[in-house]
Amino acid sequence: MRFRIYRYDPEQDQKPYMKEYDVALEPSDRMLLDALVRIKASDDSLSLRRSCREGVCGSDAMNINGKNGLACITPLVELKEPVELRPLPGLPVIRDLIVDMSQFFKQYHSIKPYLQNSDPLPEKERLQSPTDREELDGLYECILCACCSTSCPSFWWNPDKFVGPAGLLAAYRFIADSRDQATNDRLDDLEDPYRLFRCHSIMNCVDVCPKGLNPTRAIGRIKEIMIKRMV
Amino acid sequence: MSLPTRKFDAVVVGAGGAGMRAALQLSEAGLKVAVLSKVFPTRSHTVAAQGGIGASLGNMGEDNWLWHMYDTIKGSDYLGDQDAIEFLCRMAPQAVYDLEHYGMPFDRNEDGTVYQRPFGGHSSNFGERPVQRSVCAADRTGHAMLHTLYQRNVRANTVFFVEWMALDLIRDASGQVLGVTAMEMETGETWIFQARATLFATGGAGRIYAASTNAFINTGDGLGMAARAGIPLEDMEFWQFHPTGVAGAGVLITEGVRGEGGYLLNKDGERFMERYAPNMKDLASRDVVARAMATEIKEGRGCGKDADYILLKLDHIGVDKIEKKLPGIREIAKKFANVDPVKDPIPVVPTCHYQMGGIPTNYHGEVVVPGNGKDNNVVPGFYAAGEVACASVHGANRLGTNSLTDLLVFGKASGDSVIRYLKENPGHKDLPADAADYTMSRLSRLDSQTGGENVFEVGAAMRRTMQAHCGVFRFPDLLTDGVKKIREISERAARTEIKDKSKTFNTARIEALELDNLIEVARSTMICADARQESRGAHDRADYPKRDDVTWLKHTLWYKDSDRLEYKAVNLKPLTAESFEPKVRSY
Repeated sequence: MRFRIYRYDPEQDQKPYMKEYDVALEPSDRMLLDALVRIKASDDSLSLRRSCREGVCGSDAMNINGKNGLACITPLVELKEPVELRPLPGLPVIRDLIVDMSQFFKQYHSIKPYLQNSDPLPEKERLQSPTDREELDGLYECILCACCSTSCPSFWWNPDKFVGPAGLLAAYRFIADSRDQATNDRLDDLEDPYRLFRCHSIMNCVDVCPKGLNPTRAIGRIKEIMIKRMV
Repeated sequence: MSLPTRKFDAVVVGAGGAGMRAALQLSEAGLKVAVLSKVFPTRSHTVAAQGGIGASLGNMGEDNWLWHMYDTIKGSDYLGDQDAIEFLCRMAPQAVYDLEHYGMPFDRNEDGTVYQRPFGGHSSNFGERPVQRSVCAADRTGHAMLHTLYQRNVRANTVFFVEWMALDLIRDASGQVLGVTAMEMETGETWIFQARATLFATGGAGRIYAASTNAFINTGDGLGMAARAGIPLEDMEFWQFHPTGVAGAGVLITEGVRGEGGYLLNKDGERFMERYAPNMKDLASRDVVARAMATEIKEGRGCGKDADYILLKLDHIGVDKIEKKLPGIREIAKKFANVDPVKDPIPVVPTCHYQMGGIPTNYHGEVVVPGNGKDNNVVPGFYAAGEVACASVHGANRLGTNSLTDLLVFGKASGDSVIRYLKENPGHKDLPADAADYTMSRLSRLDSQTGGENVFEVGAAMRRTMQAHCGVFRFPDLLTDGVKKIREISERAARTEIKDKSKTFNTARIEALELDNLIEVARSTMICADARQESRGAHDRADYPKRDDVTWLKHTLWYKDSDRLEYKAVNLKPLTAESFEPKVRSY
């Protein structure tokens, strides 16, 4: 199978280039990551992140034939040859398919991604009805792979100011949690021309999310709550 | 040669469940702590845990920690230390409440309490019938737990060194541990992390086997570092083969599927676990189920054209419950097995999953080694928790859900122990002048190697050998031959060569350094397995089919130095409960 892979090692290369590989696959190689592991076995200089190989750790996000996705759950049979692989767009490249994710995590951290509740702790668990708990479905499953934020033009333009789909999904995960008491602070923090309102519902995030989540809907909910709060 | 040095009160190596739970204790106590992780914390392998956390909350009916304790001891085939097991089971409910208070999105009951599902080997009233003890977040419990712990650490301003790989343990002439050397992957720079206390939470090494549910990063780094620094590894012959890895792919299918009502079928459509475990059936402990499956396959009752797998049936559970309780499993089955489990059964085989052995610790998370006339002499400044550690709560076979319980309980306990130790031992001891020499010599050997071995090929040879010679069933001639082979592979691993010499995010170098750790684990496993002449828990020998409590009710200790073995007694004395004496184990 044929691949064209973005290569760049700042120590050796003046500028990035696309390197072609033709690799003989085994029948057990089902996913793109299997092929990349095979390529690396013969060219150990190809650098990428990977860990769980089952789509839950979020390490091996990359741009695959023009669309962001996880290599470990992208079936090879679905890919058009030559398979063109590039690092996630919009973030600085450290080397080959490895990007610097500092800006992405900075935005995630900026929404205070932890439960805030100042009531005295009960002896056992806090109670939460199954209906209230259901509000978190489709929100808590995010794996922070950055496929969404790095496919978002608003994030490309303002990665330092716009929280981005992943961070906003996380913000809504806490707003929606019946146990969290910081909704007002969270909304105050997002009520800003950039942090929330740079989302123009382009919906690339929904299109690429490997977990099938819908950040655009979560962002819409935040906007609704914000409007309700105003009137 | 010396290296630049950073100084901390404590260094935690590893940011999975145990490392982050420990780090939280330390950060919230206001200590200066560094957490080193090869990957961004939420990418640690805890994220892949599915089924749940065992704790006797009693939310679904009567339960108590003594029943949980009995199940864990029986599950361990009586090799677990009963003081540590009592501690685990008594602390488990609070560990769950803590997580809930941190914001963990647990599944809930109508009354608002946390939902609990049945799981293998967990019973009520000392083995009478299955009990609902496993708290969960659908089948993504590890993911929810790891993210919750990370989030709480963000709140506590824990300092993470992300994508730093620890390389070697630093000990002085007295044996005290003074920190680690570590490499920043992005720059290739190596530093000394000097610490008054060092806590290993580096996880397991399931990547020594060819078929494994484990992530690529599970390379036994803590075990390799400890072994090279003269610390013995305990009970390394005991590896859990999870009954339900997706055939071919190795990806885990949670025992929670059977907890929610799924069951296993052979090619005749027979629910064969009824024969092997009449009472607990498909919810017998994992070693029992894995062996039953392997027996069915061995005797020609496997499924498929090569009769080499078993089917896991769950369509009768119904699409609604599958979507609610097992959505991740449906996703995995579709992706990795090409079946939609709401219609068709999933092809599964026993797959290497968990290392019961590890760095010997007591139930405070302090690393203990034989010395000063004692079996369990504390190594000053050194702690371990989670899969890398052997407390030993899992003995010869771990119960499902007890790994996450272990991470939480011993993560916290080891953090508390570090806090106590730091109070009693103020000030840094001086580093020995040669603190970095060993690491530097390993790195320069690797960089200057010519005509050496290919890392990928040596790793593949190791994985094949472990798979063929030290699997679910173990045979004397295969073990003897396996020891010889794995020693040869060890020698090859000492001569690895990388073509890529760049300093920038050189993953070839990282993989070579990981192989250095894996190979110690593989060799210790094969040698310990060859030496233990009995069948107990996950260690099943064709030539010694019975458990032998007279000779072998004892822990193995393997030393890297000439592959020396020692043994130490199992602690059968709990903290407050009555002892559970070894008896015949049936489910």
